[in-house]
Amino acid sequence: MSVRVAVIRFPGSNCEDETLRAVRRAGGEAFEIWHRETGLREADVVIMPGGFSYGDYLRAGAIARFSPVMKAVIRHAADGGAVLGICNGFQVLCEAGLLPGALVRNAQLHFAGRPVAVRIERADTVYTSRYRPDQVIVIPIGHGEGRYVAPPETLAELEREGRVLMRYADPGFLDAPANPNGAAHDLAAICDASGRLAGMMPHPERLADPDQGSSAGLGVFHSIVASFATAGSPAPTLVTR
Amino acid sequence: MKYRVHIRVMPRAGLLDPPGQAVEHALDALGFEGASNVHLGKAIEVDVEGSSAADAERRARTMCERLLANPVTEDFIVEVPA
Repeated sequence: MSVRVAVIRFPGSNCEDETLRAVRRAGGEAFEIWHRETGLREADVVIMPGGFSYGDYLRAGAIARFSPVMKAVIRHAADGGAVLGICNGFQVLCEAGLLPGALVRNAQLHFAGRPVAVRIERADTVYTSRYRPDQVIVIPIGHGEGRYVAPPETLAELEREGRVLMRYADPGFLDAPANPNGAAHDLAAICDASGRLAGMMPHPERLADPDQGSSAGLGVFHSIVASFATAGSPAPTLVTR
Repeated sequence: MKYRVHIRVMPRAGLLDPPGQAVEHALDALGFEGASNVHLGKAIEVDVEGSSAADAERRARTMCERLLANPVTEDFIVEVPA
C-alpha cells in the first residue's frame, strides 16, 4: 500500500486537481476532502492546495482556517502527521498558527505569475528528499500575497534550526528579479521544528507532468511517496542542524 | 444592549507597506505635495452585544485578536462611539 494523501478543497481552491494528479503520478494514493468534512479518512499526509479560499476575504487564508476540516488537520498535525501547504495552503497554515510568520502583499504590489528558480536548501525532508542539496529547480508561482514576513527572532530561529526548505535563487536566465515578492531571507518554503509541517509559495503540482517539457515539481510528490514506505508509517523527523 | 463598534486594522508601523507607498506616490503625482507617511488599512463596523460600552469593546478586541487582525503584521484600534 502506498501513502494516502488527502487534498483539502475549500470554496475557492483551484489547484486540487493538479495536486491529486501529481500525487498519483508519483505513485501515491490521493483523494479529495471537502472543507466541511470532519475526518481525514486515515490520510498519512494532508496537502492544502493553492487557490483563493473564500475569495481571500479579510486576509488570504484567514477564513479557511475556521473550516470544519481544519480541526481534523490541526489534530493530525498534533499527532505527528504530515501537512504540506502550497501557496494559499501555506497562507492557511500560517493563519492557523501551524507555521510561524505571515504572507503579505508582494513588495511590488502586482500579482506575480511566472516561473521562478528555487534552491533546495534541505534535501532530507518528507517533501524534498528526492532532490539534491543545493539543486536549483524552476517551478511556477502565482500569488499576490506571497511575501513571507516574521519577527527577526523567528527568522533567526528558522535559519539556525535549518528549517528553510527552499529559497528563491537567481539561475542567471530568468528575466526578472530572483525574489519575486520581497520575502524575508528570500524564503520560498519553510517547515516546523519536526519537519512534518511545511509551507511553500511555488506550485510544484503545476509542473509535474513530463508532457509539459519539465516535471521539476514532481520531486516534491516523489519525496512524499518515498518518505512513507507503507501507509500508516510515521513521517521521518527533521534533523535539526 | 447593542453597540456599534468601529474597528481599524492597520499594517504594523515599521513594516513595509507597499499599498501605502503606492497611494503616496499617486498623491505626489497629482500634485499634493507634503502628503507623506500614507498607510492603508481596513475599517470594520460591527454591532456587538454587551452589558456596557466597555464590555462591547472588550469583546470586539477579542474578535480582533482571534480573527480580524493578523498578530504578526497588523495592529488594531477599537472604538465605541457614544
